Amino acid sequence: MLKDITLGQFFPGDTVAHRLDPRTKILLVLFYIVALFMAKDLFSYGLLALTLAVCVRISRVGLKALVRGLRPILFIIVFTAVLNLFFTPAEAYLLEWGPLRISAAGIHSAFFMVLRIMMLIMGTFLMTYTTSPISLTDGLERLMNGLKRFRVPVHELAMMMSIALRFIPTLIEETDKIMSAQKARGADFESGNLLEKARALLPILVPLFISAFRRADELATAMECRCYHGGEGRTRLHVLQYQRRDAAALILGAAVMAAVIVLGRFGL
Amino acid sequence: MEPILQIQNLTHTYSAGTPFQRSAVEDVSFSVSPGEFLGVIGHTGSGKSTLIQHLNGLLKPTSGRVLLEGKDIWAEPKKIRDVRFRVGLVFQYPEHQLFEETVYKDISFGPSNMGKAGEELDRCVREAARIAGVRDEHLEKSPFELSGGQKRRVALAGVLAMEPEVLVLDEPTAGLDPAGRENLMANIQDYHRLRGGTVILVSHSMDEIARNADRILVLKNAHILMDGTPAQVFARAEELLGAGLDVPQITRVAMALAKRGVPVDPAVYTPEDLERQLLALGKGGAPC
Repeated sequence: MLKDITLGQFFPGDTVAHRLDPRTKILLVLFYIVALFMAKDLFSYGLLALTLAVCVRISRVGLKALVRGLRPILFIIVFTAVLNLFFTPAEAYLLEWGPLRISAAGIHSAFFMVLRIMMLIMGTFLMTYTTSPISLTDGLERLMNGLKRFRVPVHELAMMMSIALRFIPTLIEETDKIMSAQKARGADFESGNLLEKARALLPILVPLFISAFRRADELATAMECRCYHGGEGRTRLHVLQYQRRDAAALILGAAVMAAVIVLGRFGL
Repeated sequence: MEPILQIQNLTHTYSAGTPFQRSAVEDVSFSVSPGEFLGVIGHTGSGKSTLIQHLNGLLKPTSGRVLLEGKDIWAEPKKIRDVRFRVGLVFQYPEHQLFEETVYKDISFGPSNMGKAGEELDRCVREAARIAGVRDEHLEKSPFELSGGQKRRVALAGVLAMEPEVLVLDEPTAGLDPAGRENLMANIQDYHRLRGGTVILVSHSMDEIARNADRILVLKNAHILMDGTPAQVFARAEELLGAGLDVPQITRVAMALAKRGVPVDPAVYTPEDLERQLLALGKGGAPC
């Protein structure tokens, strides 16, 4: 069902992975992404996969949940694989079938591209699985604080993001409910051609939009009632503070990234 | 009489295999006879809403079966829509599902999905609107212009228009004012009496259930705690209160009277019954 979409979902827990400062986790994910794009050989990928596996193990997030996160982007993965497999230019081809040609380089790049996307998604999902949306946006706001000097509305962006994240599950639940209600009246979302299917969505979209607007209105009123007036002079209940474990995690993360970059440059 | 609905050992588990796994309904069995008015009560989270979504095949049981007139509704998964037309389900806050330009069109959504058209469709819509108490002059209005109570009636009419054999209502009066509650319940009772339809009413207002239902099902923590006539269920008032559930206000009055030594049956659940008992006491000359 719709509820199974785990985009941006948080699995509460009390592991080191959960307790790390959100800023640390965001930086680690950045390191990880940079390293992923620098990785060229099997050994680097192995090192990154091992790092990911260790982090998954520490966070106690089930592998099942992590793999399920890949489902929505299955199409992109397959598309990338096909594109790389058939359309990588090379000198010699193993197989030729009309315009479709498979080369050793094609297999190589398809394999690594798919691996890269999957590890990228799993790595970022691990962060959202172990960090509550609130502390995530908190961390982002603090990290981007320096941009305020360049008139970037950091607080507003962070607030918008936390509201958006906060309402994803609510809207999904609402969609589920409306879908059930229309199905109870015999709505049919599966059969028919593309146009009919699009028309069948109307009984879901209209009530969904109406309720989203209503919610936005209510939220704005509730915020105003509590004297919200933007980020100016706003203090925090929980002030983020780096701990020793954050330093350790950052050093380890930086070391892995450095190792991958050095390996990419100079080979083994 | 053969039961119209039979629920056999129904279990439903949400999010199996994740840290959020939990059973909302566990090993629940009961049956419903044609023409019965069944009340279902239980706390928020007792599994009421999950249970009723199995009755028309919106949810598929993790294990167990749901039989409609003796036939497993999941025997032919392709025909599950037919089950939904026969078991009409009105959700909580059903006014949130209105979407059409006019009230008339919204009510006709269900029956036209059934393939009804022309005069037959018109008859279904107008009759359902009449039973649900939707006024004629509202039929051509946009549903979004109406008040909350009127929207609710339109949504109810939208399900009634499919002329289901079993009508399932999830908290139909939640959020309405007292007059609106009375009115809506009267409309539902009309439907029950005039059409002889089977009604399953989920509510956590004990008074509402006590006044309307022939039989009561009490759910607690995904299990059935009690299943019996109102008299049988409210005779166990202490147990209900112990389970954190309410009893009708009048039952509480009777219980308090009984505690002070007034010889009344503490299991009464309508004001009329208590009145009769008290009057009988007065005639008998017993001290009040």
